[in-house]
Amino acid sequence: MLRWMLHEAWSAMGANRLRTLLTMLGMVIGVGAVVLMMAVGQGAQYAVAQSINSMGSNLFVVLSGFTNTGGVRSGSGGGPTLTVRDANAIAELDNIEASAPVHMGTAQVIYGPNNWNTSIIGTTPDYLAVRAWNVVEGSPFTASDLRSATRVTLIGKTTAQNLFGDENPVGKTLRIKQSPFVVLGVLAPKGQSLDGRDQDDTLLIPLTTAQRQVFGTPFPGSVRMIMVQASRPEAMPQAEQAIIALLRQRHRLREGVDNDFFVRNLTAVADSAAETTRIMSLLLGAIASVSLLVGGIGIMNIMLVSVTERTREIGIRMAIGAREQDILMQFLLEAILISVAGCLIGLLLGVGGAVLANRLTNTPVMISGSTVLVAFSVAAGIGIFFGYYPARKAARLDPIEALRYQ
Amino acid sequence: MAEPVIRIADLHKAYDTPAGPFPVLKEVNLEVQPGEFVAIMGPSGSGKSTFMNILGCLDRPTSGRYELDGKSVAAMSKDETARLRNQTLGFVFQGFNLLPRMSLEDNVALPLVYSQVEKPIRRERARELLARVGLEKYASSLPNRISGGQQQRVAIARALVNKPRLILADEPTGNLDSHTSEEIMALFNELNQEGITIVLVTHEADVAQHAQRQVRFLDGRIVRDEPTHPLETIPC
Repeated sequence: MLRWMLHEAWSAMGANRLRTLLTMLGMVIGVGAVVLMMAVGQGAQYAVAQSINSMGSNLFVVLSGFTNTGGVRSGSGGGPTLTVRDANAIAELDNIEASAPVHMGTAQVIYGPNNWNTSIIGTTPDYLAVRAWNVVEGSPFTASDLRSATRVTLIGKTTAQNLFGDENPVGKTLRIKQSPFVVLGVLAPKGQSLDGRDQDDTLLIPLTTAQRQVFGTPFPGSVRMIMVQASRPEAMPQAEQAIIALLRQRHRLREGVDNDFFVRNLTAVADSAAETTRIMSLLLGAIASVSLLVGGIGIMNIMLVSVTERTREIGIRMAIGAREQDILMQFLLEAILISVAGCLIGLLLGVGGAVLANRLTNTPVMISGSTVLVAFSVAAGIGIFFGYYPARKAARLDPIEALRYQ
Repeated sequence: MAEPVIRIADLHKAYDTPAGPFPVLKEVNLEVQPGEFVAIMGPSGSGKSTFMNILGCLDRPTSGRYELDGKSVAAMSKDETARLRNQTLGFVFQGFNLLPRMSLEDNVALPLVYSQVEKPIRRERARELLARVGLEKYASSLPNRISGGQQQRVAIARALVNKPRLILADEPTGNLDSHTSEEIMALFNELNQEGITIVLVTHEADVAQHAQRQVRFLDGRIVRDEPTHPLETIPC
């Protein structure tokens, strides 16, 4: 029965090819637009999620306070208020996964005939965990390297390429400000940060080495910055409160005295970026859905015309024993067939368009199985929704009137 | 005597009009026995078309009883009357009413689709009936490739495909010339001889001559119901 009905629907569609194609075109454009927009929107979301993940998740940055020397204020991170011990104490708090004190600077780095100016991060082994950063070759430095301030380094991809070219840097010795450093490992590439910096253009060295041998500091044991990772996204507000309370207590700040440090929630920044792209892709999807709606109305329109045109045929079918549901199914199936066929073509065009956009303009696109599934079920749904009224109208025709219709 | 195929008692039908109900059929009583060939006659507006629609379960009486094959039609749902039209009745129309986009074979087989018969059996049965009306060689042609008389033969084949007990024919020769009309009526006579009950509406006396019994409507009532007399002439 179903096969016969499909056959009938197919031949009815074939009887008026141009009209069927034009009706289908509405669906093609609608589905194509939705798929394309979803691909672009999800691509953007994915790109943002990537750079957020590369930063590390649930991150705080604690910066030391400013100094005020004769009215000249240093800006945050300028004062020697944070210490490595503060960092260790923060790591002990509830809801905190890890913390890593950071001493940053830039320096000229030399290997053989090559030299390169890069940012040097002096930190502890926990830094890798906080930033969710892996060592792809070799091994990370350890707590004992930190204690004895050994001259070892982990090298970022960009720096490695600029200094070593195709050579494997692991085990080689490079020089930072004339001091030799052994490369222990190569860091996994992270790509751009949210603000566009190349995160792979860097060297990691033990904090103690950085402070004592590379940059020097007038306040040994103090750092400008501590990176802190909360254990869960939901725990971030409590973690922030706990960090502030702990540091105020450790710094012996009395009630009413301002903090001598700053806590910044990096994830909040990232979240707002993610939210922006999410809203953008929603908006794109919504606009595209309007064209899908218009396509659906087109189907309804044509099906109504078709029912009127075939009134006599419906009467004949009823006279020879078609039940209401048979007539309903016949027209419904035709509407669904048109919309699903339109959907398939639209899907192909949408995916093709997305790939093309990616090739031509380098827009990040992503087509997920769920997009395809959603587009498909929406199309079938539109076929049913907009096909139902004309089909019901056909099924409810009075057979006598229908037979008399010229 | 066997159970009548059609039993109609005190049947009334009125149409609702803005000026109140307009009676079309009044106090109609009729019984048709199995194997009868009845011609229903009467001028336009006498109510014979409405009567045929009610016989065909396409329309419902306002009051009165209608039993088809021993079952009361008034109590039936729409799906049940559709089933009756599909399996107990066969329709033949004045305008042939074949579906123009379908091959003759598919046209003949269409009632079988609505009674969920499998495709190979549909094909076989349709071929068989096309052969019965002498048109098997046109099985895959479209209706507009053949003549009116041939189309009416195909329509008769379609009416027969589900082996109905009763054929209802509404002016089956109205669109045909007299020679072709004779052929079609001969076919009806043949079917009747095979035991199929036939009720046929016509206003042509020589067509009615083929029936065994003639029922005449006037102003919504049956005014005459008698066996056909050979060579009788009835003024129309």
